Amino acid sequence: MTTNQIAVTGLRKSFGEQVVLDGVDLRVPEGTVFSLLGANGAGKTTTVRILSTLLAADAGEVRVAGHDLAREPDAVRAAIGVTGQFSAVDKLLTGAENLRLMTDLHHLARDEGRRRAARLLDRFDLTGAAGKPASTYSGGMLRRLDLAMTLVGDPRVIFLDEPTTGLDPRSRRDVWQIVRELVAGGVTIFLTTQYLAEADELADRIAVLDHGRVVAEGTPEELKRRIPGGHVRLRFADPAGLDAAVRVLDRATRDTDALTLRVPGDGSLRSLRALIGRLDDGGVEVDELSVHTPDLDDVFLTLTGGPNDTLAGGPTDTRTGQPTDRKVTTR
Amino acid sequence: MSVSTHADLRFHPLRDSVTMLRRNLRRMLRYPSMTVMLVGMPVVFLLLFVYVFGGTLGAGLGSGAGGSTAGGGAAGAGTRAAYANYVAPAIILMTVAATVQGTAISIAMDLTEGIIARFRTMHIARVSVLTGHVLGSMIQAAVSLAVVIGVALVVGFRPTAGPVGWLGAVGLLAAVTFALVWLAVALGQVSESVETASNLPMPLILLPFLGSGFVPTDSMPAGLRWFAEYQPFTPIIESLRGLLMGTPLGNDGWIALGWCAVVALGGYLWSRRLFNRESR
Repeated sequence: MTTNQIAVTGLRKSFGEQVVLDGVDLRVPEGTVFSLLGANGAGKTTTVRILSTLLAADAGEVRVAGHDLAREPDAVRAAIGVTGQFSAVDKLLTGAENLRLMTDLHHLARDEGRRRAARLLDRFDLTGAAGKPASTYSGGMLRRLDLAMTLVGDPRVIFLDEPTTGLDPRSRRDVWQIVRELVAGGVTIFLTTQYLAEADELADRIAVLDHGRVVAEGTPEELKRRIPGGHVRLRFADPAGLDAAVRVLDRATRDTDALTLRVPGDGSLRSLRALIGRLDDGGVEVDELSVHTPDLDDVFLTLTGGPNDTLAGGPTDTRTGQPTDRKVTTR
Repeated sequence: MSVSTHADLRFHPLRDSVTMLRRNLRRMLRYPSMTVMLVGMPVVFLLLFVYVFGGTLGAGLGSGAGGSTAGGGAAGAGTRAAYANYVAPAIILMTVAATVQGTAISIAMDLTEGIIARFRTMHIARVSVLTGHVLGSMIQAAVSLAVVIGVALVVGFRPTAGPVGWLGAVGLLAAVTFALVWLAVALGQVSESVETASNLPMPLILLPFLGSGFVPTDSMPAGLRWFAEYQPFTPIIESLRGLLMGTPLGNDGWIALGWCAVVALGGYLWSRRLFNRESR
């Protein structure tokens, strides 16, 4: 656990005027899962594209699998595997043919290639569909085939760029299981995701990327501890109830559409009693009350500055207060 | 999990190219409608020009076009035969142009599918991604040319070439195909979509019309005639005609090969630069 398989220092990248990565530092120890978390356009995909040799950085030093990215890109390519957001399989070929394409490109002998392809098909539960063109595969099957193709070369470092985006819950769990097995085998995983549950589930360490900067880094537990406390969520039957509650409570965040109110608090009995007392005094009818301990959602929202729409795009820059539109298309 | 940390970093361009070629040939077999379309178009043009326009256009050829205006017969039959001989080389060239249109389309398809991004992150000889397409298209062109020349022979094309003439014609066609395929590889890469990729090579299909492909250039108005005589397709068509019909080649052969070399080199360098360009 002492060697870093990925070491990034002062990474910068701009597309024209637009600064996408603004001095990113990352360290990923061997045999761990590192998750880069961020909203759309935060710079996650750009980071992966740079680390996987697809894109040149403007500045910064990057070492992947012990090799300098700028000076020895070929050595880096020989050590890594990449599964991007968009499936990188040949849809006109069958699953087996796609894998054989990879074994051929890795210069495996014919028999060894056939064996390895068969083993991967079996491991990824694709043996039944091996002879069918990939164009007939479901989203989950395509992603599994994609991952299987990435594994043909036994990469030491694997980049997974939003590997479960667009997958159904079951397929998502399949991918998680595969990731766990890989890490158990000593592989280092660099995972980007916008699902906090995914990072919480898989990652040893998490970095939160916001507008091209790492705004927080640590284990999931460390990040959760950074948030002062949980909150109490109140749901109301009608807008009138919500309005009434807002009048008696300060420091509450309202969501008018969902008719809910988030009241910060640690969820202790004493604070709950106080809260309920104030609601009673104000004669407010509450439909439902639930206590939330902090989860990564809270961490994320706190760190990236607020309202839910940071996840949907059109974010506001929390440091400058300037509205920004940082949606970046890198493909 | 045993891993070769001291991975062999040598490249194997030939082996990788063959792997990529195999992939491209498989893709052609899986997607036969494109191949059929690419062969079908020149065949339709051939039939159209021989049977619909041939009688009239053949009459306007004047002297020295085909030579074999065997007299007598029904009006138009003789001139149609002469026109079949005149137009066949242009149709043959059009076959090559249609094939490379397919090259541009399949390159653009590759780029939209994201598999090229995978290849780029792999330790392989990068150029093999392109050479696989080039070799595949050369093979596809050979098959298409055999079909089109076969149909041309059926509808009255009567080349007088001996073995040497045919060998020369095959060599010239290989050179032309090689050059145009590299150009198409670049065009496929600059295209943002598959639709654009199918439109960009269109001028290659139209250029034989603006040259000596379908009618002699001396029947054209001055400005157009100047263009027609100096554009690259004219010496190529004239050379092909010379090789197949036994007419004198003159300088056309060298000019044609010169154009092929220029287009091939330009297309290759452009393609390589586009492929090594980082972001799309």
